[in-house]
This record gives sequence, structure tokens and C-alpha cells, in this order.
Amino acid sequence: MTLNIQNLAFTHGSAPTLHEINATFEAGRLSVILGPNGAGKSTLLACLAGLLKPNKGIANLGDERIIGMPATSRAKRIGLLPQGAETHWAITAEALVALGRIPHRRGAGPSADDRRAVSAAMRATATEGFAHRPITQLSGGERARVLLARVLAGEPEWILADEPLANLDPGYQLDILDLLRHQARDGKGVVAVLHDLHHAVRFADHVVLLHQGSVFAQGAVDDVITAQNLATVYGIDALLSKDEEGATQLLIKGKMRS
Amino acid sequence: MTSRSMTGLLLLLTLVAFLLSLMAGKVWIWPTSWTADNADGWIFVELRLPRALLGLCIGAVLGLSGAVLQGYLRNPLADPTVLGVSASAALGGVLAIFLGINLVPFGLFGCAMVGAGASILLLLAIARGGGPIGFILGGMVLSTLAGALTAFVISIAPNPFAASEIINWLMGALTDRLMEDVFTALPFMVIGALLLLTTGRALDALTLGENGAKSLGVDLFRLQWIIVLGVGLSVGASVAVSGVVGFVGLIVPHLIRTFYGEQPSGILVPSALGGAILTLTADSLVRLIPGPGEMRLGIAMAVLGAPFFLLLLLRYRKGPA
Repeated sequence: MTLNIQNLAFTHGSAPTLHEINATFEAGRLSVILGPNGAGKSTLLACLAGLLKPNKGIANLGDERIIGMPATSRAKRIGLLPQGAETHWAITAEALVALGRIPHRRGAGPSADDRRAVSAAMRATATEGFAHRPITQLSGGERARVLLARVLAGEPEWILADEPLANLDPGYQLDILDLLRHQARDGKGVVAVLHDLHHAVRFADHVVLLHQGSVFAQGAVDDVITAQNLATVYGIDALLSKDEEGATQLLIKGKMRS
Repeated sequence: MTSRSMTGLLLLLTLVAFLLSLMAGKVWIWPTSWTADNADGWIFVELRLPRALLGLCIGAVLGLSGAVLQGYLRNPLADPTVLGVSASAALGGVLAIFLGINLVPFGLFGCAMVGAGASILLLLAIARGGGPIGFILGGMVLSTLAGALTAFVISIAPNPFAASEIINWLMGALTDRLMEDVFTALPFMVIGALLLLTTGRALDALTLGENGAKSLGVDLFRLQWIIVLGVGLSVGASVAVSGVVGFVGLIVPHLIRTFYGEQPSGILVPSALGGAILTLTADSLVRLIPGPGEMRLGIAMAVLGAPFFLLLLLRYRKGPA
């Protein structure tokens, strides 16, 4: 299964504009969207999630157009972890995770499937320990895991995460990245917008690098994250090397001198 | 206590408050004389029954509207007045009194509903496609405009008597209402309340913010329509029949949350019941305060509600949360 974008363009008011985007995301991989602020990363993710309607071009899930899918069936297949870890009301962690079941809900109460999916999602994210605590009392790291569990509870085929690591300490960032990678290994499609190039180098199976609303480069990490590309897109002077285990190491030395 | 048994308790309290409202007053009317063929029986059928029924319905729709709006705007300070529906309905009513249309059967009710309807249409036009911020700003502008026009009408009232009649009506009361008033207002309130009761799941989804809700398949545009229509019809009808009764829609969802938790869908029905209990009880109390005349329900509600609310806030501060 693929998420496929062809000639996609998006213009709206002050929102970052996308032009002529062509990209393919494969299930079973952790794909990362990179690019400087305002490059259009979140806009692209919102088009993939069906939240924004592109002016032109198509976004397909398999053979189906994402725009035009009934909202509920789209929500069942594509889960979005929005930017900003926004939550309101002091509901319990478990109640928050259960919100992920909304597209599946029919009758008044949760079904056996709903309960099973919620507890599986909480187990996968190691959040059962504070299931009954109000989310307002959780630490940032705990809350990030609960919010991810909310997406997993919907059992989507695709997980789209918009800056899932923002405001997290390094340990918690690695927790979330591990969880996302694990989901990809289990066969789900995972697309994450990231800011930290080090994380992208370490965790990404596939990278799409955006620059001023267009795809600057896409493909395997070593082909996309090159000193040349980083200099052009981010204006930074970076050193890439292989360590003794063959893993790529990134060192950002500073801004490019012009 | 589980939420089911708490709801059972609220239902019981609603029944008690309803019965109290049927009996209490300068003259107490016990159930034995409800069907009696004398003055007591007449008071019961002509005065007490419509009054208690209106208290029940108005309280319920105000509590429910408050809970829905607080959930939608994700703001515990929202109440049914934020949309400007109350103020617009009140303006309609005030114009009716000013022009003497209130002497025609259903004249006042009709004018107030036209006011509410106009505000619904304006809100939908203003908020088209916008998020809650455009919506609430539109509501505030409408509210301010209607309030200013109301003040203008009062200021040009031909004589002090007319002005005082208008002001008296504005303050909100359930006195001297007839069964006809109940039957006129009830359909609007029931339809509005049923619409509002369908919003629970979408309001829950909004706990995750607008993008979170949309990604869960919630149609925010449709939700906005349902809320404007639901609040407009039910609160519009309640203002049309009783004037502006404040505070219920603000305070009741807060009280309910302390017992039921904060999940928006979980407090809708309890807030309706709580609103009915509060309104019926306050309306019974205003009848029991000795002295000439009666305190207006709208005033009584604020006098009773404000200290209670402050107490609650103080207790919150001291508590562990």
C-alpha cells in the first residue's frame, strides 16, 4: 500500500504554498518529511491526512483519492497526530486514548473491539500505568505517549505525525521515535514531520526534503541528507561521515558563510 | 458513585424540584387539591402547572446549551449568551412591547423568535467556514449590537410605564405564564435540545483541537450548524417566553463537571437535569420570599448563583487540583 501524491499544489491565504509536489510513501517504512520553517511540511501532511483540499493534483491512498473519501472511512485508515500536542479538559489518559475510536463507534457505549484496541494501544506505548490519571497531571513525555496511543487506538493503516517530538526531552524523543519505527516494522505506513536532522539520519527509512514549497530531494537517507543539500536548503555547514558500524553520523558545524 | 447512579439521583432531584415548584408559593397547594374544583385547583392548573413546566424546560435547555457551548469553544466561561441569541431574542421581545405587538396573541413570542432567527442566520453567515474564534466574535458583536438597540428602544419609550414594563420583562421571570405559552415554546425547545444532544461525540473529539477532531472524521462545519440551530431554537424560545435568565448555562456545567469529570459528552444530559433543578428551585424560592411582589427569577438566579459559584472556586483553590 502506498500514499501517492501527483502534481499536488496548494495555495491558501498565508499558509505555506506547495507547488507541483510528486512523492510516494510506502507502508512498512518510517518516512520523514524535512525542510526549514515555512517549507510547507505541515501543509503537505494536512493534504495527506485529507484535512486540506489541494487546489490541483491528487493524493491517493492505494488507488483511492483521499479527498472525496467519506470522512469516517478516511479517519479509520489514516491517523493524524497533530502539531502542538493540543488537549483540552482534564479527562483521564484512558478516556483520551479512547477518542481514537471515534471513527469506529456506532452505538452509545464502546464495543469489545473498542476496549481491546484501547488497551492494546496503551500497552504498546507503556501508558497503562497512568490510565486513570487526568492528562493535565502527566509529564510532557507521558502525555506525548498518550497522544500517540490515541492515534494507535484507531488502528489506522497510516500514521501521520506532525512534529511529534516538539518540546520533549531527548529521552522522550527517542521513546516516540522507537514507537514510530516499531509501527513501521509492523507494516504500517508512518510519515513524520521532523525538525531534528540527527533524528532523521538515525531513524528514517525514506526522506522527503522540502524547500520553498517544492520537493528538493527524496529517497534514501544517504542520498537526500548530503552536505550539499543541507547547505542549499538549510544554509548550514554539515559534515556527514560513517562510523565504525557503518551508520551515518551528522555533525552540524555552523551556518554557511556567504 | 458511578455516573449512572448519579444521573439517577439527578432525575430524582429533578422530580422533587418539579413537585416543589408545583406546590410552593404564597399559597401552598398540596397534591390532594390539584384536581379540586375550587380556588386551589384553579391556581394549580392555571398558574402553577405552566410555571413549573416552563421552569423545567428552560432550565434544561439553558444547562444543556451551556454544556455544549463550553465544549465547542473549549472554554469554561462560555454560556448561552455568547452567541448573541439571547440578546437578539430579547431585542425582538422589547420591540414587541414597545410597538404594542405583545397585546396580540403570540405577538411577543413571535417577535422574540424572529429576533433569535435573525441572529441564527447572521451567525451562520458570519461564521461560514471559520473556526470557533470567528464564531464567538460574531456572537459577541451581535450581542453588543442587540444590547445597544435594546437600550435605545428603552430610552425612547413614550412613558415611564412602558420603559418599566420593558425592563421588567427583560429581567426574566416565569410569573403569569399560561399553558399556551408552554405549548408554543415547547416544540422549539425540544427540537433544539435534540439537536444539541447529538453533538457529544464531536465535542469529545474537539478535546484534541480542531485538526485532531477533523482527522477523526468530525465535520466541524456541520457541528457549527447544529449548535447554532440547537442553541438558537431552544434558547431563543426560552428567552421569548421568560426573558433573559442568566447564570444557569454558565454555572451548571461547572457543577456537573466536579461530579462527572470533564469529558464533554458525559455532561450533556446531567447539565440539562442540573439546569432544570436549579431553575425550578430558584423559581420556587422567589415565591417563598415574604413581602410584596416577587423577586425576578433572573435576579434571584444571580443572587443565589454568584456566591455559590465563588464558594466553589475557593474550594477548588484549596483542593489538591
